[in-house]
Parts: sequence; C-alpha cells; structure tokens
Amino acid sequence: MIHYLGRRFLYALPILFGVNLLTFLLFFIVNTPDDMARMHLGTKHVSAAAIARWKTAHGYDKPLFYHPQAHGSDKLTDTVFFDKSLRMFVLDFGQSDDGRNISHEIETRAGPSLEIALPVFVLGLLTNISFALLLVLFRGTHLDRFGVMLAVALMSISGLFYIIAGQYLVAKLWRLVPISGYVNGLDSWRFVVLPIAVSIIAGIGGGSRWYRSIFLEEMGKDYVRTARAKGLSEWRILFRHVLQNGLIPILTGAVVVLPLLFMGSLLTESFFGIPGLGSYIIDAIQAQDFAIVRAMVFIGSALYIVGLSLTDIAYSWADPRVRLS
Amino acid sequence: MNWQPVILWTDGLIWLLVGVVALTLWRKSPHGQLHEASVRLRQMPVAMTTGLVLFLFVAIALLDSLHYRAALPAHPGVGRQYSVEVTSVLDEILQPLLKYKEKTYSAPLAKHLYVKQNVTLPDGKIVRIYPLLRIDDIRRQTGSNDIAHRAGRGVLFGISFAVLVAACAASWLMMRRQCGIAELVRQLLAMDNRLPWRSMLLTVALLGTLTAVLAELAGAFHVLGTDKIGQDVLYETLKSIRTGVLIGTLTTLIMLPFAVLLGVSAGYFGGWVDDVIQYLYTTLNAIPSVLLIAAAVLIMQVYIEMHPAMFDSAASRTDFRLLFLCIILGVTSWTGLCRVLRGETLKLRELEYVQAARAFGVSDWRMMLRHILPNLYHLILISVVMDFSGLVLAEAVLSYLGVGVDPAMQSWGNMINAARLEMAREPIVWWPLAAAFSLMFVLVLAANLFADSVHDAFDPRGRQR
Repeated sequence: MIHYLGRRFLYALPILFGVNLLTFLLFFIVNTPDDMARMHLGTKHVSAAAIARWKTAHGYDKPLFYHPQAHGSDKLTDTVFFDKSLRMFVLDFGQSDDGRNISHEIETRAGPSLEIALPVFVLGLLTNISFALLLVLFRGTHLDRFGVMLAVALMSISGLFYIIAGQYLVAKLWRLVPISGYVNGLDSWRFVVLPIAVSIIAGIGGGSRWYRSIFLEEMGKDYVRTARAKGLSEWRILFRHVLQNGLIPILTGAVVVLPLLFMGSLLTESFFGIPGLGSYIIDAIQAQDFAIVRAMVFIGSALYIVGLSLTDIAYSWADPRVRLS
Repeated sequence: MNWQPVILWTDGLIWLLVGVVALTLWRKSPHGQLHEASVRLRQMPVAMTTGLVLFLFVAIALLDSLHYRAALPAHPGVGRQYSVEVTSVLDEILQPLLKYKEKTYSAPLAKHLYVKQNVTLPDGKIVRIYPLLRIDDIRRQTGSNDIAHRAGRGVLFGISFAVLVAACAASWLMMRRQCGIAELVRQLLAMDNRLPWRSMLLTVALLGTLTAVLAELAGAFHVLGTDKIGQDVLYETLKSIRTGVLIGTLTTLIMLPFAVLLGVSAGYFGGWVDDVIQYLYTTLNAIPSVLLIAAAVLIMQVYIEMHPAMFDSAASRTDFRLLFLCIILGVTSWTGLCRVLRGETLKLRELEYVQAARAFGVSDWRMMLRHILPNLYHLILISVVMDFSGLVLAEAVLSYLGVGVDPAMQSWGNMINAARLEMAREPIVWWPLAAAFSLMFVLVLAANLFADSVHDAFDPRGRQR
C-alpha cells in the first residue's frame, strides 16, 4: 500500500507540473504581463512608467523563464515562472491583486464551502440511490416508465432554474429562510438549508437514472438468477444482493469527486451569497484576478489527482479481485 | 444586387457541417451494422418525434446563419453603400416582431405598458398612467382583433397545414407501396415495421398549429411580452436558438478530429505514443473544466481588447467570441471520447481480421482508416448526440458566470443573467426568464430523448438487455 501510494505520488508530479506549465503558458505567454498591467490600469492613456510600477508591485517585472544577469542558480529561480508557478508546489500561493494572502483566504473560505458541499454529497447520494431502487423494484411497470420520463425531464432543466425557482418560492414568497447571506457559527443552518435542498433536487434526475441503469445491469447477472432459483423473494434479492454489488461502482465513482467537494459549488455559492471557495473563484474571474484563478486551478488539479488515487484504493478495498500492484 | 452576403466564421463552419452530414447521408452507407441500427432508429416513435422537434430548432438556427448586409437607399453621385448592420434571413422573416418597439417592459399579450409613465393628454394635461402599447395601433386600425379570434384562426391554419401534409404523405406512400387508400390506412393503423407515420404526423400537426397560432397572435400582440428596452421577447428567444444549437454542434465538430486521431493512434500504436496521449488527457482532465474555460475566456477578452483592429464590426467580434468558446469547450471535452475510443481500439487491434490485414502488409494509416475507424462510428455518433444537451445547458451557466458568449449576443444565458434583476423587481418581471427556460427545456429534453433512442439503436450492448 505504502509502495503504491509512493508510486502514485511520483506519477502525480509530472501531471501537476504539466498543469502548471499549461496555466503559465495561458496566463503569461498568450498575455504578457504588460497586457495584464494595461488591463488593470485601463487600456488607454497609460504611461510606460505606470505599467512598470504595477509590474514591480505585483512581482511581474522579472524575466519569464531565464534570468541571464543573475548569478548561479538564481538564473532559474529569479524568474516569474519560479516565483508564481513553482512556488505553488510548496503551497505558497502569494498574494491576490488586492494584496491579500491567498492561502489565508482559502483557509477561511473552505468551511462554508464544505458546509454545503458535504451534506449535498451525502444526502444526494442517499436520495438518488433510494429513487433508483424504487424504480428498479417496480421495473417494467407504468411507475418505472413514468419515473424514467420524470428523471429525463428533471435533468433537462437548467441548474439555474432550480436555484432561481427555489430562491423565489421558498425565500421570497414563503419567507421561510433568508434569500442569501451567511453567518459564522451554529446559526448558519438557516442560510445553508435552502442551497443544500436545491442542489440535491437539481441532481436527482441525472443521478437516479444513472444508478437505475447500474442496478438494472446487476439484475441481469448470473448470481441474481441463482438467487431466484433458490427461491429468494424479489425484495431480498434487491436489497441484499443487488444493492451490495451495485454500490461498488456507485461508491467508487463518487470517491473521485470527494476531494473536489472542497472547491465548493460555483453557481450555488454565488447565487446564495455564501463566502466559500466557489464564490471566491467567481469573484476572481469577474475581477480578472489571475493570481487567484491560477492558485485555484492548481489546487483543483491536485485534488483531482488525490481523488483518482482514492478511487483505486476504494476499488481494491471493495472488490477483492482488484489488487494494487 | 441590393444586399451583400456576409459569411461569419461560425456561419461557414455550421454550413460546412450541414454539407458533410448531407454528403454522408446521401452516400449509401456500405456498413451493414450501421445501416441496421439506423433502420432501428427510424422505427422508434420517440426518436422520430424528437428528431422533428430538433429539426425545427436546427432549421431556425440555419436560417439565422445566413447573414447579409442590406443596401442603403441610393444617393445620386455615390456608389452603392451597404448598411453596417449585419442581419440574417431569420431577422427578415421575424420583421413583424421588430416593427413595434415599446418603451420598456410589457407583460405577455398585454395592451398596456407594465410601468406607469407620464403621458401628455390631447388637452395638455400630464397624467401618470399605464400607457397603451405602440403595437396596439394595429388593433385600433383593423378593429375586431381579440386574442381568441386570432388564436382560432391560427388553429385553423395549423390544422389545414397538417391535413395538407398528411395528404401529401399519403399520396406519396400510396405511390410507393402501390396500394389504395383503404389498404394504406389499414397498414398505418397496424403499425408495421416502417416509419412511425402516426406519431410523426401528430408532431407536425402540433408544431404547425403552434407556429400558426404564434404567428397570428404576433401580428397584434407581443406574445411573450417585451424586455427592459422594449424588445420583443419572442424575437429574442428565437434568436437565442442559434447560439445554443451552434455551441452544441460546433464544439463537437472541433473536438472530433482531436478525439478520433489521438484516441485511435493511442490504442493502435501503444508504447510511447499511448503514454504521451494518456499524459495529455490526464493533465487536461485534472484541471477543473469551469476554471480552464474561465481562464481561457478571460485571456481571449484581453486579446480582443488589445487588438481592436482585427475585428471590423461588432458582429465579427461577437462571432469570434462564440467560435472561441466552442474551441475552448471542444478542447476541454475531447478527453472523454478519446478515452473510450482508445479502449475500443485496443480491443479491435487484437481481433483476427486486423491480424490478417497486418499479415497482408496493409499500412498503418490504411489499417486505422479502413479497418478500425468504421467499427468506431457508433461510439462517435452516440457521444456526439449525448454531448449536445449538456453543451446547451453549459452555455447558460457560462454566460451567467460572465465567461460565456458576448454580453451583446442573444443567448438564453444572457437572458437568464438579465432576469436576476427582474426577479427582484416589485411586481416581478417573469416572462423573459420563463421564455428562455421553456425554450431551452424543450430543446434539451428533445435532445436527451433523441440521444437515448440513438443509444438504444446503435449500442450493440444495449440491445441484448
């Protein structure tokens, strides 16, 4: 296991380096730091001195990859690429354009993000599995056909609609919870209950349809036929045999997104005014703060790689036929 | 010529796509399995009805992709001049909707403005009332023009259109099947294994009636109301169709060459080629796609602002942004199909007929083109159709986030974005939002149902169940 994790870690490094290089190319080669400075200072009537000042203040005044005037190893380390990109490997994200420490912001914003993302993940999984089981139990009947139609209809509705409709009905018309906002501490449940409910409902259509097809595939396997031949009741087959075996692909599939929960949901957080990482990204995009976007891209890809490794481990744990080698 | 054609980048690409699809359909497919599957697809009522709905959407998008610049009124001594504004054939068809521009919001089918305004009466007094709409002029001129009357006429038109289509279809079928009318009706009612004529005719009738009613009502009303600047909402939603359809189709057009070339060569060659390609798609997959899209679009915005000389008109600038969005969505979405194709090629490579071909000394290139690729067509088709609805939904979300299409472009995402403020008004303005959501829902639902049918018909594994 340790051996496997070590190899996995070594495998992750080139991928992270690739992500880093790609974002660096996007942010610094396609757009030079001069362009960025002009973007922030206004496109017209900007003196060269003002641009140089902005670049110095934000640390973009060095050469991109190679510094010929510096001494020794400084030739490679005293560059924008080292300062802005490679530093991220030791989780040093630097400062955003308004001068705040990005690492500190991420720490304070992770809490509210998780407070929404975790319940949505757990409750959503439970709801979708229950719906899927219900449809499988009544497979071939009108209830099943109606349920599948409903699921297709639900997944054809834009996610924005669920948010806007939920906000309007529950918060504005019925005044059950505040429309948006957040407070720290225990009282925050009033603010997160609606976003959680809306996100779960928005996911029911796609999720339950997918899980239904997984369960149906299990239903066609030989062990189910054997169980039927032994005279087990349909109920027992579904909940004892099919559920257990169907859960393997479902849970291992869910593990991939587990680390990414940390990133929060962009849409939900921005609509409901939750000060999490999702709304942090949106604010950064709208303020064109490239430092934050770069940091979040790096974190997101690192978490994705963690998720991939977790999936492999989960597989070997749930299915004894799979070995980590 | 009193107009000058304008071919925007996306126009050219979408018509190219139409040409390619038409060419493939026209050339009889030599491949047995694909032919069987398409016959199966044609027998599915759901596939055919949703296909008709999709066809209507695509037709509107295509009409909206024929752009031109109209000639300005001639002045003596000056050569022919063309308007700077780029219009499309759809604009020409929807001209009646544009004729009466109101001051601001008005509810669907309303006679008055939604907002009180100062109006000067003929006797010079100023009162604060809900003024009559400009479009109300039509009713005052023509007299008896209430909603029920116009809607009834629309239904009548629709039904006669449906009867006409049914008659044409029936006479064509009688000619082809060499039978009388009684025999044909018997055959159709028996639901034999041919095209599901009954459901298709019903769909045509419904769509025709809906169009006729809308057209009739639009003659004297703003059927879906007007927006903040008094623009007809029906016009805006219809114009948004092009954006949605283009993003759904052009993205796949851009992504396909990457996915197919890289996926097949990774699976076929193996070794270091496989390693490099796998590294490439794992890296791209690792970046959260929304962030990659946002980053790329931000950079493109900076690029456009730094190079204003490259774009001669507003239309070409918004068009470039749309194309760029398609490219970015394509770059982020090819990995899924690439992985599937790689896996399938790995399997095919070991099959006996490929081994035999290799023993005959067939070149690698020919092998991939003639022996591997034709066996991947069904996977490619399924993935293209499945991706379409997701892309249409993604456009709305991205435009809402501010990294989608140009804010000046008509799109459902932009309409929803604007509606955020309208929902906060008192009393609320709900119709632009409702219009955008319902049209998007119809398109995505039809696409999803059609994709399911395609999946059932073309996936050999799905059939056995």
